Amino acid sequence: MGNKLDTYAQNTWCAGCGNFAILGAIKAVLLSLVEEGTLLENIVLVSGIGCHAKIVDYINVNSFYSLHGRVVPAASAIKISRPGLKVIGFAGDGDCYGEGLEHLIFAAKRNIDITMIVHNNRVYGLTTGQYTPTSPLNFKGRSTPAGTKELPINPLELILSAGAGFVGRGTSHGIELLKKIFKEAILHKGFSLVDVLQVCVTYYNMYEYYDQRVYELAEHNPEDYQQALGKIREWDYNQDTKIPLGVFYKKQGPVFEESFPAPQADPVQRDVLIKKALKRAI
Amino acid sequence: MQEFSVLIGGKAGFGIDTSSLILARILNQLGWYIYIYRDYPSLIRGGHTFSIIRAADKKISTHRNQIDLLLALDQNTLDFHKARLSNGAALIYDSDSVKSSSGLGIAFTKIIKQENAPEIMRNSCMVGAFCKACGISEEALVNILKQNIDKEIDLNLKIALRGFQQANLISRIKTFDAAPLPILSGNEAIGLGLASAGLNSYIAYPMTPSSGILHYLANLSAEFGLKVVHPENEIAVMLMALGAASAGEKVAVGTSGGGFCLMTEGLSFSGMAELPLVVVLGQRTGPSTGLPTYTGQTELNFAIWAGHGEFSRLVVAPADAEQAFYWSAVALNLAIKFQIPAIILSDKTVAEGAYSFDLDSVNLPPEEQFPAWDKKDAYKRYLDSANGVSPLAFFGDKDAIVKINSYEHDEYGITTEDPQVTKKMQAKRLRKEKYLSEELRKYKVVNTAGSLDSSVAVVCWGSNAGVCAEAARNLGIRFIQPVVLWPFPLEQIKRATEGVKKIICVENNSRGQLAGLLSGAGIRISEQILRSDGRPFVLDELQRELNVRINGE
Repeated sequence: MGNKLDTYAQNTWCAGCGNFAILGAIKAVLLSLVEEGTLLENIVLVSGIGCHAKIVDYINVNSFYSLHGRVVPAASAIKISRPGLKVIGFAGDGDCYGEGLEHLIFAAKRNIDITMIVHNNRVYGLTTGQYTPTSPLNFKGRSTPAGTKELPINPLELILSAGAGFVGRGTSHGIELLKKIFKEAILHKGFSLVDVLQVCVTYYNMYEYYDQRVYELAEHNPEDYQQALGKIREWDYNQDTKIPLGVFYKKQGPVFEESFPAPQADPVQRDVLIKKALKRAI
Repeated sequence: MQEFSVLIGGKAGFGIDTSSLILARILNQLGWYIYIYRDYPSLIRGGHTFSIIRAADKKISTHRNQIDLLLALDQNTLDFHKARLSNGAALIYDSDSVKSSSGLGIAFTKIIKQENAPEIMRNSCMVGAFCKACGISEEALVNILKQNIDKEIDLNLKIALRGFQQANLISRIKTFDAAPLPILSGNEAIGLGLASAGLNSYIAYPMTPSSGILHYLANLSAEFGLKVVHPENEIAVMLMALGAASAGEKVAVGTSGGGFCLMTEGLSFSGMAELPLVVVLGQRTGPSTGLPTYTGQTELNFAIWAGHGEFSRLVVAPADAEQAFYWSAVALNLAIKFQIPAIILSDKTVAEGAYSFDLDSVNLPPEEQFPAWDKKDAYKRYLDSANGVSPLAFFGDKDAIVKINSYEHDEYGITTEDPQVTKKMQAKRLRKEKYLSEELRKYKVVNTAGSLDSSVAVVCWGSNAGVCAEAARNLGIRFIQPVVLWPFPLEQIKRATEGVKKIICVENNSRGQLAGLLSGAGIRISEQILRSDGRPFVLDELQRELNVRINGE
């Protein structure tokens, strides 16, 4: 899918990796945003560490290739520093539901206008197959050969309760839905989280499992918190039930980045202010 | 030198800190130079808190053990500190809560009860009594209180005047014909220094002794157009700072040793991704939680070597408010110029100590601007240049695609594992340190004072410069303080130690970290005076110890 967003970096994801769907969907969304008037230079992609994170090498757009678990604070500061930028974060489930969970909760709590897209394959891929915060009970990984003895978290429920104004979910077997949710999330003014059930073909191939269980939300009012919570609780990332997809919750509120003063760039004025501050200390 | 010292003490929550600043400002108005030492435990109410205000007719940045006037708001203050009283020293105390056979006792508690005032206003009563005892006019007292108290000023004034009326003159204090100077804590000076170099964002999680910068800049934020953020933890602090730096902000963070531990992963990222920032590392007594409100100098090696991998950095250790202001501005400037992390090593003594501050004696260097991209070719965030510094474009700049990367990367910022590219990029990043060393020749990176022809030198760093310089002057020996500690200014230190036969190294740690660096560089250390009980060196004690090391028992 050669287009102007490609880079010369060689793609090293496994054939059939769910990340390709996210890459394809986000490129399409970025192009449509540009078509609608967003300047490409005003878009910044931030990623963590893991297979997902390579996505920033594959898109010829401003990017910040951060550390494991540290997508959210970097993305937040970029937005605070330059509120005119559109900041889109990509993270793995181990990355932002494990190593960096605290940051995610605080970003939702602050309602900072960034979008987080979580490549949730429920396994560590790049470190070759360990359990993650969303792996089901008894998951046999390389660090838990006898199966995990802990239940997964439901990240959507957690992040909704933390105050997120936009919560959605898609799968890597549904690129059209991904495009729709990504675009809506990016255009939402406030914090948005999109959990993507992205399949790792090598360590946890769930294509068939998800295909049999997913369905798209219909007649759902995303502005109704209780309805959203109900739908989010329908699947707890552990039980063998139907899995709803779509935008669960959407509500606008004041955004964090607008709470800062305008910068004082004039050095002469700054010196005056320093002298004033010193005078107060006499 | 004319000087005298006042100690005021009581329990935490008594308002000792505020009243010590008011006392200092009164003396400041009379033309005295000021230094305040603050000593308080890690609790909110109770315990024992005290401040020593030392006033002199010359610039000072240390205190003595011996005091000339003791102001006791509780019994502990008298019991703990009466040994410090010099011959002819005076005592003023609250006769309702302190038993003493001598001194001037005033029933402060009774007065505030009669006036229906809260206990904290005993301070105002004490300040009033102090003014009368020192021959300071009622008018001066009223003026200073009006300037320094926001809440219930009328009641405070009334109580202060009752203290004034009930006291008697002990000894009239001298007045100098000098304009009063601002009194700044090291933390405030760091904040203003950073602001003067064009700081845009200050990001910090509260931690003693650096929280003062966060509080000070948060209060100045609207006026200065500063973005001040207090995020969820120090890891977020560091990563936010890197995010802000990538967007072109001039950014600083502040913490102490424990918080800096959490920041080191991000510090290494700063080195790899060439994102400039300033870290204020306020040392306190460690290891671990240690003595949270006491001092130490145990992070010199940590600051120089912190972070995995090898990368260029600047480490400076200012000693007082003027140095803190100047070197904070320089640190931010050089971080920007060389696209590196810069660490300001402070400690509890300099961070929370307060000093007379003379802006005219600080020659600030002009603000550095980012090396800008010329827009001629396709933008390369990590262009390999002669001095290793790449021209900068930022997110949002037209025609530039800016790719920041924590992985090894090529000049465009795309990830690589190629050995040739890895070698080239690592060399580029480390090359900057060589040019930084050259740049530092323009600065006075090693301070000297005392008798410059003496063959005995006291060498110290950070907050100890104040006490060591004064002791060196008194003892007629040489004083040497490297302010820049990395890149290690070997050449400048060698010049400063020319003709020295005996070096005595003074540090607030157990292992002599500066002595270790100097020894490693081939400079022989004859004696070490080390203190690691959380307390700073004080002039009279250190002078005695230096004398022993120089002349024997």
